[in-house]
Amino acid sequence: MGPGEGRRTGFGTWEARGVSRREFLRTCAIAAAAVGLPGWTVGEIAEAAAAGGRPPVIWLHFQECTGCSETLLRASHPAVSDLILDLVSLDYHETLFAAAGRQAEEALQAAVRKNAGKFVCVIEGSIPRAEVGAYCRVGGRTAVEIAKEIGGKAGAVIAIGSCASWGGIPSADPNPTGAVGVSGILEGKTVVCLPGCPPNPYNFLGTVLQYATFGTLPALDSLGRPAFAYARTIHEDCPRRPHFDAGRFVERFGDEGHRHGYCLYKTGCKGPRTHAPCSLQHFGEVVGAWPVGIGHPCFGCTEQSLAFRVPLHTTVEIDRPTPPDNYPPIHADHGGVSVAAVGVAGLTVGALIGAGAMAAKKLGASKGEGKGENDKEAT
Amino acid sequence: MSPTRRSVLKGIASAATLAASGVPKAFAAPRRRKTPPADAVGLLYDATRCIGCQACVVKCKEANGMPPDTGTPRGPMYDAPDDLNAKTKNIIKLYKGEDGRTSFMKAQCMHCVDPACASVCMISALYKGPRGIVVYDPGKCVGCRYCQTACPFNMPKYEWRTAFPKIVKCEMCRHLVEKGGIPACVAACPREAVIFGGLETLRADAKGRLAREPKRYFPKVYGDTDGGGTQVLYLSAAGIPFGKLGLPDLGDEPLPELTESLQHAVYQGFIAPVALYAILGFAVYRSFRSQHPRKGGEK
Repeated sequence: MGPGEGRRTGFGTWEARGVSRREFLRTCAIAAAAVGLPGWTVGEIAEAAAAGGRPPVIWLHFQECTGCSETLLRASHPAVSDLILDLVSLDYHETLFAAAGRQAEEALQAAVRKNAGKFVCVIEGSIPRAEVGAYCRVGGRTAVEIAKEIGGKAGAVIAIGSCASWGGIPSADPNPTGAVGVSGILEGKTVVCLPGCPPNPYNFLGTVLQYATFGTLPALDSLGRPAFAYARTIHEDCPRRPHFDAGRFVERFGDEGHRHGYCLYKTGCKGPRTHAPCSLQHFGEVVGAWPVGIGHPCFGCTEQSLAFRVPLHTTVEIDRPTPPDNYPPIHADHGGVSVAAVGVAGLTVGALIGAGAMAAKKLGASKGEGKGENDKEAT
Repeated sequence: MSPTRRSVLKGIASAATLAASGVPKAFAAPRRRKTPPADAVGLLYDATRCIGCQACVVKCKEANGMPPDTGTPRGPMYDAPDDLNAKTKNIIKLYKGEDGRTSFMKAQCMHCVDPACASVCMISALYKGPRGIVVYDPGKCVGCRYCQTACPFNMPKYEWRTAFPKIVKCEMCRHLVEKGGIPACVAACPREAVIFGGLETLRADAKGRLAREPKRYFPKVYGDTDGGGTQVLYLSAAGIPFGKLGLPDLGDEPLPELTESLQHAVYQGFIAPVALYAILGFAVYRSFRSQHPRKGGEK
């Protein structure tokens, strides 16, 4: 990093913890790549993170299993779990907090006051609306109240995981608690949804770092999901796609096709309708660590229409806007007759007709002579 | 001894009498509309369910011992036939509309209730076999390829590149069906886009689907009555008529009804050929007489 020698000081705190500058930049680069930011932003992200301009994050838990938080802590690369937490300033997180009870509540209020309008509010878990929200209370207040208050004061709201994005498991039929996603509570506010059960931590990190560095949010699709991660289906980039195209399927678990790594579509893979980057960005950093990678069909965790709604081994229709061009057309063109071939055929036919005509003429002449001789004999 | 005028006329008259007598009258009866046997089997292909995986193409080749077809005009890809051919009895095609809509199409023998190929086959190498499957007997086939010309769906293919060529066409995996199995294409389909079963069951199923989801389908079951009915039924997506998928509009009458009626009318009672040869014979006789005048007076 030639031009910015002074930046080195910013890495002091990490170096003291045994995280090398290389590892730090690597994480920033992965996060930048995940959001689709160009390479030159890596320096800016690292600078922003190292200079203490870390985005303040307030993390709320509602109806969930804490699996989404766990994904941030269970990254495999050494020190990355630290880095994930240190690239952001996690000011309030119930399950990672040392404080409890009133102390924790005060910390929350203090953090909201201090960073009002600037902090990132991350919500994990669905929000129950049935029975006036009685199914989920924290500190005596319902989830609906907390989400409305804290979310309303946030600079950006991120719904992490399928539960917060659209309801997840708690919203599965018959949905006794009336669970909905964050956007069902904070109507009119932009909510970045990062569905997944659990979601890939880099999708979260990339979104937060973009907000911290540039003050902007990534481009979202119609369901509020960042396009950089959720624009394509798993099927489109699946490493098993060639088997699908060649019609080689796993018929049942453990059969020959399964051992050979064939396509899992017939066992109920939801990849063709599931928008997620899993097939390109494997979970955490472990290569092959995602459902299809370990031989299990995708169950469509990012899709409200699929996960916890369509049975695990039921096949889905293919969400494919344009089939590839290598299918035979309805009326195949088998090629015509070339001009040269017509010419050769014409010459051949002409020669035969000519030869035939000449032969007939000569035959007629010899017959005529023969007839003359016969006449002479007769007379 | 040369034939007398009297003997020739007598011959013509006796032939005409024979022709007009009872024996050939069977041909004169009007052709009865054929119906599938009670245990007829068939296929139902639902284009809206097909995902174009081509598993059926691969499994068809395996089940029928067909070689791969790598020499396509679209480049030497792995087994990638561009149409039905001597190495391919079943294929998935793609329709691409100008409006950008697409649909897959599975092509194989339609197993007509009254097949034109069997109608034209002079020695019944193609015939309606057990359960209504149109069967091919290579031992009888003389290779005239009338069936290729006659088939309105252009299904029978010919082995142009072998010394003793045969006709190649789908026989609904009859070697599997005879043992209680199902056709390979059906077994391979991951979406049940093509299903196998009793013809009437399939017909009811197809009509049921139309009734349940009228917005999903083009409102017609192809093969229900088309061309006198086929044992392979088709459903197409809404807005994509069957003509776009290469299935011709044949009307409800089977093709052999027209062709056989014409042919049988011409040959009815064998009158036309007898009359033709009688006239020709008479002309020859006249010509012969004019060159060799009778020399009765000298005898």
